This record gives sequence, C-alpha cells and structure tokens, in this order.
Amino acid sequence: MTTESHVHHPNYVKTWAILVLLLVVSVLGSLSHVREVVLIAAFGIAFVKAYLVAKNFMHVNVEKRWVPYLLVVCLLFIFILFAGVSPDVMKQSGQHWVKNPIATATQAASTPAKHE
Amino acid sequence: MSTYAVVNPHIEHDEPGMFKKYFWSTDHKVIAMQYLFTGMAMAMLGGFFAYVFRMQLGFPNHNVPGYGFVTPGRYNALVTMHGSIMIFWVAMPVLIAAFGNFLIPLMVGCDDMAFPRINRLSYQIFLISAIVLLSSFLVKGGAFGGAWTAYPPLSANGNYNLTPLGSVLWLVAVALEFVAFLLGGINFTVTAMNSRAPGMKMYDIPLIVWMIVLASVIFMASAGPLIAGAVMLLFDQTMSTGFFDPTRGGDPLLWQHLFWFFGHPEVYVVLLPAMGIVAEIIAVFARKKIFGYKTVLYTTWAVGFLSFVVWAHHQFVAGIDPRMANIFSITTLMISVPITEMIFLYIATLYGGSITLGTPMLWALGFIAEFLIGGVTGIFLGSSGTDIYLHDTYFVIAHFHYTFVPIAIISVFAGITFWYPKMFGTMLNETLGKIHFWGTVIPFNFIFIPLFITGTAGDQRRVYSYAQFAEQSRPALQHLRTTSTIALLVMLSFQFVFLFNFFWSLRNGKKAGPNPWRSATLEWTVPSPPPHGNFAELPTVYRGPYEYGLPGRADDFAPQNIPE
Amino acid sequence: MSASAKPIANTRAGTGIPTAKLITWWVIASEIVIFGGLLASYIMHRLGHPEWSEAASHTNTWAGAFNTLVLLTSSLCAVSAHKAADALDGPRAAKLLRLTALGGLLFLTIKGFEWTKDIHEGFVLSSGGFWSFYYVLAGLHGLHVLAGMIIMLIVAADAAKNRELQRVECIGLYWHFVDIVWIFLFPLLYIAR
Repeated sequence: MTTESHVHHPNYVKTWAILVLLLVVSVLGSLSHVREVVLIAAFGIAFVKAYLVAKNFMHVNVEKRWVPYLLVVCLLFIFILFAGVSPDVMKQSGQHWVKNPIATATQAASTPAKHE
Repeated sequence: MSTYAVVNPHIEHDEPGMFKKYFWSTDHKVIAMQYLFTGMAMAMLGGFFAYVFRMQLGFPNHNVPGYGFVTPGRYNALVTMHGSIMIFWVAMPVLIAAFGNFLIPLMVGCDDMAFPRINRLSYQIFLISAIVLLSSFLVKGGAFGGAWTAYPPLSANGNYNLTPLGSVLWLVAVALEFVAFLLGGINFTVTAMNSRAPGMKMYDIPLIVWMIVLASVIFMASAGPLIAGAVMLLFDQTMSTGFFDPTRGGDPLLWQHLFWFFGHPEVYVVLLPAMGIVAEIIAVFARKKIFGYKTVLYTTWAVGFLSFVVWAHHQFVAGIDPRMANIFSITTLMISVPITEMIFLYIATLYGGSITLGTPMLWALGFIAEFLIGGVTGIFLGSSGTDIYLHDTYFVIAHFHYTFVPIAIISVFAGITFWYPKMFGTMLNETLGKIHFWGTVIPFNFIFIPLFITGTAGDQRRVYSYAQFAEQSRPALQHLRTTSTIALLVMLSFQFVFLFNFFWSLRNGKKAGPNPWRSATLEWTVPSPPPHGNFAELPTVYRGPYEYGLPGRADDFAPQNIPE
Repeated sequence: MSASAKPIANTRAGTGIPTAKLITWWVIASEIVIFGGLLASYIMHRLGHPEWSEAASHTNTWAGAFNTLVLLTSSLCAVSAHKAADALDGPRAAKLLRLTALGGLLFLTIKGFEWTKDIHEGFVLSSGGFWSFYYVLAGLHGLHVLAGMIIMLIVAADAAKNRELQRVECIGLYWHFVDIVWIFLFPLLYIAR
C-alpha cells in the first residue's frame, strides 16, 4: 500500500530543538514576578509552539486549503462560545448585582490573602 | 484520480449466516434498517408518553388507561423522556442515520460507506445508549425528570430531582448517543466528500446528501462544548464537584449556555435532512428541477453558520446579560431569512410543475405548510420583549411542535413512503397512505392550535396539574386542553393505519421495479431492494440530479448515469 | 472477497485527500470543539475567580514541564515515523511509533506520581473549583493519550509488516493534536498563578 509522499521531510530534530528551547524560556519566564512577562512567556510561547507543531509536524500548510480553514472555523466557534458566555459566567458583579453573595462571602473568608 | 474495478467485488462472496447478515453486518443498508426500526420502536414509546401526560392534562387527576395514576414526579419523568426520546432516539436516528446510511452510498454511486466497520460500531453504541436510557425506568427513583434540558442544580443534585440513578443513566445515554452520531456523521461526511462516482461534482450531489452531511458537520461542531459540559454535570451528579453549584463557586448558567450552544444548532441538525427529503420528493412529483439548487445550498450554509450565534434566545429570562439578549434577538430574527428563502425556493420549484399528489408528495407539501406556521410563530419567541411573556408557556410548546412534528414525523413519513419501494422491493398501499396522511395532519393541528391559545393566556409548561395552583388553573380554558388531548388520541389511532400498511406491504404489496417514481438520482438505477455491493457496475455521472421535464426525450427525465 | 477487503468507497479520493487522512482531520476538528469547550469554560471561571490562584500554585510545575518535554519528544518520534512510512520502511516506522507510545506511557506514569502526591496533600476532584477543572482537563487529555497509544500500537503492528502504512501519518496527526492540547494545558494549569 503506497503512501502519498507529497510532503517534503526536513530535519525534524531542528524543530524539536526549537520547541524545547521555547519550553525552557516559558518556564524560566514564568518564574518572573512581572505579570506581563509571565503571561507572554506562558501563553505567547504556547501559541508559537502550537503553530510550529501544526506547521512542521502536521504539515497543515501543505494540505488542501480547506483543511486549515475547517480547523480555524472550529476555533472560531469556540471564540463565539466564549464571547457569548463569558459576560454571564466570568463576571462576578455588575450594575446593581453581585453573583452568589453567599458563596463569595464564604470564599473571601476562607481563602488566604493572595499576592502577585 | 482513483481507479476502480468495473466489476464490483462485493457481489461475489458467499451468502452469510443470519447473525452476520442482520446483526453483525457492515452493509450500510442493513445498518440503516437497524437505525430505522430502533427509531420507530422508540417513537412508539415516546408517543405513548405523550398520550399519558396529555391524558393527565386533558382529564386531570384521573387514572390513565394503560398507565395508571400520574403523580407529579412521574409527570416530570414522562415529559423529560418524551422530549429526550423524540429528539435523540427518533428524529436523529431516523432522519440522519437511517436515511443517511441507506441513501448516501447509493446516491453518490459507490458500494458502501468509506468505513463500514466504524458504521457498524456507531449503531452498536447507539443501541447501547437506547438500552441505557430504557434501563433508567427500572432503577430506584425511576427515569430522570429534570426536563430534556437538564438544568442544574436540579439535574445535578439527587436530593432535588429525586431520581439520582435515573439522572446519571440519562446523562450517560445521551453521551453515548453523541458518540454514536459523531462516529456516524464523520463517516457520512468522508464518504460524501471522497467516494463519489466519477463525474459527480459538488453541484451534482443530490440535496439530501448535502443536507445530511451539513447536519453531521453542524452536529459535530456544536456537540463538543456540550460533551465537555456533560462530563462536568456527570461529576457534579456523582463526585461532589461543584461545576454548576452556585454555593461552591460554580455557575448554573454555564450549563445552560453549553447546552443551548449545542441545542440550537441541533434543531437545524434535524431540520436539514427533513428539508432534503422534501426537496427530493417535490422535484420528482412536480417533474421539475429544484429552483435555484445553488441558492438552496448557499442559504443552507448560511443557516448552518447562523445557527451557532442564536443560542441564548432560549435563555432570555434566565438572567443573562441584557446586552447579550439584544444581540441574540437580532441574530435570531436574522436566521428566519435564509430559512424562509429556502421555503420560497421550494414553492418556486412547485410553481408551473406537473404535479401528481401521490402520498409522498402530500407529506412533502404538508411539511412546507405546517413548518411555515412553526417558523412564523418563532418570531414572537425570538424577540426578547415578547419572549419575556411567552417563555415557559404552552406557546413555546406549540411553536416547537409545529417545527418538530413536520421534521420528525411528517418528513419521516414522506421519506419512508418515497423510499419504501427501494428499501423493501414492494409498494405501499396508496389509499391507506392517504388515509394515514389526512388522519395525521388534520388532528395534529387540533392538538397544537389550542395550545397556542392557552399558552398566550398564560398556561405554564411542566406543570402536572393546574388544580394545585389556583391562579394558574383558568378553568375556562380546560375545554381547549381537553380538545388537544382528544386530537392526540385521534392522531395516534391513525398511526395504526401506517403500521398495518408498512408491515402488510412488506409481503403483500405490489412488487416494485427499480424506479417506480421515475426519478433521476442514482439509487433508482439499481434493483429494489439493492443487492450487497449496490451496483453491479459502478456508475459514472454525466449531469445534475434533477433533470426533469426535458423536452424531446423518450422519457421526461434524464437519469444521472446515462451519457446522453 | 476476504474480510479485510476495503469497499471501493474507501479507496476513492474525490477531494484529493486519501480517505484515512480525511477522516483523521474531521476527528481532529471534532476534538477541537470538545477540548475548546472545556478549556473555554475553565478560562472563564479562572478569569472570574482570581482567588483560585492559591489553589493553582500547588500544581507541580516541574512535573508539568517535564511532561511537556516528553510529549514534544514523542511528537518528534511520531513525525519521524511518518517520514519512514513515506520511504516505505515499515519496520522503522513501527519502531518509531512504539517509541512514541512509550513516550505516552512515560507521560501517564509521571502524571500518576504527580496526582498521587496531589491526592496525598488533600487535593481531589471535589476540592474546589480549580481542582475540579484541573482533574477533568488533565484527565480527559490523559484519556486521549491512552487511546492514542493503543491505536498507535495497533498501527505499528501492521506497519511492521509493511501493511497499511498510510495509517502511520494519520495516527501521527492525532498524536500531534494531543500534544498541542497539552501545550496549552501546561501554561493554563501549571504556570498561571
């Protein structure tokens, strides 16, 4: 049974090395006390790593165009879900209302003080 | 481009034993029958539940013949199970799995689904899901009674819903059903995309195949978040987590959003195959090609996409952000436009056609008329202002039955009466078919029009007896509730005409040739019923699926597989 | 006709993409919305409950980071298996697939130790909002790792005999997806404090 050999196989170890390097950077960055640095190190790098895996390991860019479109549309639906739901679930209070006054009071009493 | 054997290897192997042929088969036609008969059996159960609770509502607090006394808990379980069964174990298996399985390989011109063993697995998982659901009736506490929407905390807490085992079994059954349809749907999609006959381009595919595939894609995209939510609810039910528990920092609204993010596209998941069935029938029985095939397709894509941005219209009074309510009102009203356009295109197809009113055509026309009523009544519910009054009243029930009954019942009968000859090799009796049609459609209206009235007057849903709630009882309207019940009894009794016709005609019906309706699509080019492997010689396609009314030919239509 | 003969439907490729790979992409698309829905729910809660950071600080960042390394390396093995399969070297592809599965086993083992420690410290599924999400997210991901390993070993068994080599790429695609989900889970569960 033959396989489609339409992909060009580069040196995958190179991509792997970059990914590991990014991992190290993200972990080191997360030790920082500056919030923005932690966020960029953690999540910004995550997006880069995901992109590299998708491009170099999954060869998404070599596939027929509708394949990445399909995957992006699925992600888009998740963003729509987030946009529609987060005003209700994410917010704990708004104009003239507080969510779960009993629960928040209990939690405020029981959790120790946090600091960045 | 792929090469294929002119002679189909499937035709040649030995006849398998009965177990392998009927219970372990990978043949898409057998699997289709499995889904069809399971769906029909579940429909009888769901219909029986409707009978019981409507008897309670029409003749409150009397013993229901064939059932007994309807207590509040049992009432809740009956309406929950009626809704769940009709949507997940009747509409979806029959419209998508049965028709999809039977028709797709035949209509695209290949010998089976792309993955026959996954196909078989999907039915097996589906059957297990039905068994799990039915087992919930036998456990302590009985079947789940928290409504098919299963809002927590009621659905999460056994102390509230009083059906702790039933609620877990219900959730597991729904989850298994989802897995079955994810597997099946992906199989349909891949088959329709890849396995088409040479010459069948995108716009030569019959509309019902498109519709079932799009329905599968919409289901797949919308079910994901609910699967996530179901895992969370399952843990809330069994493992003391607090995902949806407000006293523990969780949010019940999250479930509602996850549910309806799926729940709204789901109604289009069942609508699309129904519209596909109607499209196939009206083209054949009006001897006219579909008016604006591409427009039908593009509007379907638009409906599919829009269906993902309207979901919170089910939650207008749930305490969502009012600004979201504005947005969802607008999108909900917008989605009525492409659907209306599709109905217009169907009417345009009929206009000027050479129409014969055979039974399938009666059902197809009935679908258009009744669904239209359902659609326009949805406008009142899609606008948040009027919905504030109408939410949770019988107006909502009447609206969604005016959409769901055309989808799950009328179009199903349309499809069965149309493809019965192909599936079983004999013709159904036309007279009995017409009696069944009128005996279903006329009473149907008398069930739900009274409910529009009582709903507008303020009758609340999911209340087992108004006798307990003085301000709700509105005794002046009881005659409407009773009328609705009696109409249901009439409608249900006519279903026996169908059952008799269906089973009697299997043996005693007039023998059917390959193409009794003179249709142009590929499934009518093979014997009735088709042999294992479908096509002795796999077809090549030369034209679109609706070439009817052509002048200057011996026949008034051109089948897809004939070169000239 | 033998039992393993494929229907002609399976061998056609109207889209130009072989059927096995086509179904793999659709499976991945469906998994995106499942994990996406769960992740979106978690992110909403996490952003709305800043007090969860105390609980979140108890996850073992080094275990998470090492597990990320394990999965990245196993992805390297998976894509190398694809390269071998394209060169029609079935036994080599099988070896690399088995190595990938071993990486999955290592991942699950480390997770086992990690969770044992967490449970001993009293953090269980019902210990509060953060931990409920943590176990469900990582648990669902772990189930996908396990399922992937099993399928991978089945594909490897065939590949070793130079059979069904097109499946090597397909299971590799699934595995890379599972890796990508972890790439996002790691910062969400282990770093964000």
